[in-house]
Amino acid sequence: MLESLQPIISLLDSTIRISTPLIFCAMAGIFSERSGIIDIGLEGKMLLSAFVAATATFLTGSPILGLFAAILASCSASLIHGFACITNKGDQVISGLAINILASGLTITLGIALFSRGGQTPPLGAEQRFMPIEFPFLDQISFVPVLGDLFAEVISGHNLLVYLSILAVFFTYYVIFKTRFGLRLRAVGEKPEAVDTAGISVFKMRYQSILIAGMLCGLAGAYLSIAHGAGFGREMSAGKGYIALAAMIFGKWNPIPTLFACLLFGFLEALGVRLEGVELLWIGEVPVQIMQALPYVLTVVLLAGFIGKAKAPGAIGVPYSKEG
Amino acid sequence: MMTNKNRSGNDATVSLPASTRLAIELRDITKRFGHVIANSDVNLRVESGSIHGIVGENGAGKSTLMNILFGLYKPDSGMILLNDKPVEVNSPEKSIALGIGMVHQHFMLVPTFTVLENVMLGNEGSMLLKSGEESVLNRLKSLSKNYGLDVDFEALISDIPVGMQQRVEILKALNRGAKVLILDEPTGVLTPQETIGLFDILRSLKEQGVTIVLITHKLKEIMSITDTVSVMRGGKVVADFATRKTSPEELAENMVGRKVLLSIKKPASKIGKSILEVKNVSHQSKDGVNVLKDISFNLKEGEILGIAGVAGNGQSELLDILSGIETLQKGQMTINDKTISSHQEWNSKKAREFGIAHVPEDRHKRGLVLPFHNYENSILGYHRNDEYSSGFLMDKRKILNFVNELIQNFDVRPRSPLINSGKLSGGNQQKLVLAREIESNPKILLVGQPTRGVDIGAIERIYEDLMKLKSNGTAILLVSVELDEIMSLSDRIIVMNQGTIVGETNSSDATELDIGKMMSGLEQV
Repeated sequence: MLESLQPIISLLDSTIRISTPLIFCAMAGIFSERSGIIDIGLEGKMLLSAFVAATATFLTGSPILGLFAAILASCSASLIHGFACITNKGDQVISGLAINILASGLTITLGIALFSRGGQTPPLGAEQRFMPIEFPFLDQISFVPVLGDLFAEVISGHNLLVYLSILAVFFTYYVIFKTRFGLRLRAVGEKPEAVDTAGISVFKMRYQSILIAGMLCGLAGAYLSIAHGAGFGREMSAGKGYIALAAMIFGKWNPIPTLFACLLFGFLEALGVRLEGVELLWIGEVPVQIMQALPYVLTVVLLAGFIGKAKAPGAIGVPYSKEG
Repeated sequence: MMTNKNRSGNDATVSLPASTRLAIELRDITKRFGHVIANSDVNLRVESGSIHGIVGENGAGKSTLMNILFGLYKPDSGMILLNDKPVEVNSPEKSIALGIGMVHQHFMLVPTFTVLENVMLGNEGSMLLKSGEESVLNRLKSLSKNYGLDVDFEALISDIPVGMQQRVEILKALNRGAKVLILDEPTGVLTPQETIGLFDILRSLKEQGVTIVLITHKLKEIMSITDTVSVMRGGKVVADFATRKTSPEELAENMVGRKVLLSIKKPASKIGKSILEVKNVSHQSKDGVNVLKDISFNLKEGEILGIAGVAGNGQSELLDILSGIETLQKGQMTINDKTISSHQEWNSKKAREFGIAHVPEDRHKRGLVLPFHNYENSILGYHRNDEYSSGFLMDKRKILNFVNELIQNFDVRPRSPLINSGKLSGGNQQKLVLAREIESNPKILLVGQPTRGVDIGAIERIYEDLMKLKSNGTAILLVSVELDEIMSLSDRIIVMNQGTIVGETNSSDATELDIGKMMSGLEQV
């Protein structure tokens, strides 16, 4: 009986690995969008920081430096977004798309220029990555049926960034709902005029929010290239930024439900990978494209009818200007 | 009932005696937006502890001036003095610190927040919300007791009525230590009862030394509560008065720069046969709320039927159904002896065929396409008529001929068919919409908020046009939140509250207080 649990446990294990970048990005999205700035550029920021993380780690040999470089790169992209659509009141969707296109082209171009490997960065050794952390007491509880396996395979044995992503959820929740900064952030996304007339700078609040979003995207990117993966590959973000965006909407811009949405989408992808080439009873072999499309289809279906209306922050997408 | 006992007896004079302490003094304030001069060399003096009114038409520069005082706009030149000391107010943060509070015309409240959260915003007390909450709550409780500001602190803003939202705005200002309170058109959204309540609050604030600046276009309010008043026109202060030394007529004259008729002469018109009969109409909104419950009434030729009520009590939905924007869910309507029941096709095209014309409440959203030219807007909804087209194409020359005559006849300014309608003033936009609908020769005209955001000059004109239409035998259904307007235009008045008709009366025997009571749902007649 325990043997039959093995596939499920490894499915859960990969669910967590796949969900991590989604969680970081979705939390980034919550910070940005709760402040009223649409963040289509999650994808681009993640891709850019994945590239910068791998490159900086390769050049310096330190994954910690790589991580900081990634955060820096992602925050710069956030600032470009902010300059375009906070300071200059540009269209937030267009600006976000521009960042995605820029990141896609820039990473490949720089990659080829630096390493001549067709856009990839050189592979990183184990000491240049965030490696899995084994929890203590594993041996002591490994005899416990089910729970022991669960602990060893699903809970333990991930890299530092996986645990950070879970912390990021609680961090996001706490900051947004329990702090002065969070109150102002939510207000600025709902009704910036109210924030302005309360004597708080709308611009400053929004810049701060997108910088936090930048940091979180940087973590997501670093996870892809120097923790989960061992180097950067072209277009390695592969639409995860958009899935994170969908998860955020699915979770109604709330951190905890969004976490579960990310896990659900991660689970679907893990399932898709597992079912690749497997003959299913009555159905036969399911094309991999259908499994890949599932998160998007699910989002549309669920948003359309099952979870009720997802209400975006009131002032989202609207540049703030005082006069006129 | 409302006299100014507290006036210390200054004469009606432009300059106050030198001994008086001034809370606010503005010197030569000028503010431009692009090429438009919103304020030009404005001088204003407000005595400490008084209630000062600022009246003027829309676009006279009242709100701009107050936004400058509150630090939202930066003046191009001029000086601000508070308690005789020159200050620089370059942000709301600064003005709040200087003791200025403002209640904006459109409330600055976050609808998804509780009352408490809204009051705390910008004044949270500490990094963490929890620790600041208690002290804010205590302060709020004592403030609300002292000034009679009754509010439920845990309620969501979106769940409480506008009157209470306004009290939250006042609490917000007081909580931050406001000694000067600016109120921008505070009574526009209130019932007469709520207005009386607000004025009681303002009086008790004044007694405790708060200086109040009240911006309004309602002369009656100026007369009843202010000590002094300034009149603005075209971006300038054109006159200052001690309130008890002036009259509504004098103020109105200064507002428009010429004599105006404040009362409307109703033409003797024959009220004919019933042309619209609404029977048992009920309606459910998309959110499942019963917005109309069993509405029945009739409307006769040559009659103006006024529908009074606080905004949001079903009047808008009623207009939507009659004009064909919404489907008829339940009940029936008989228009000119033809009956429409709930299962029959009903839309705005059909409504036009039945001779119903509609001047919508929100002219920006529904009356006009703002980026369109006047000539395009002036045939909107009637664009299928043969007279505007030659064969398959629209005939611009024919349209222009029609429009030139239209804007001439209805005095739409500027008289250019090729200007974007969005560039017209509110009053001229409204004249354009009204002109278009009247020109369709309707049997029934539905009018929603005909004078919202419209200046006095244009109001006069709009009333005249409506009266002319009435004397030609058109039936007019008038929905307005301005009770004065309803009372002076209508032959008959029905009052709506929470989706039902709570009363009906002839305008000649109705008093404002009676109707006010019905509007608030306190009394059924």
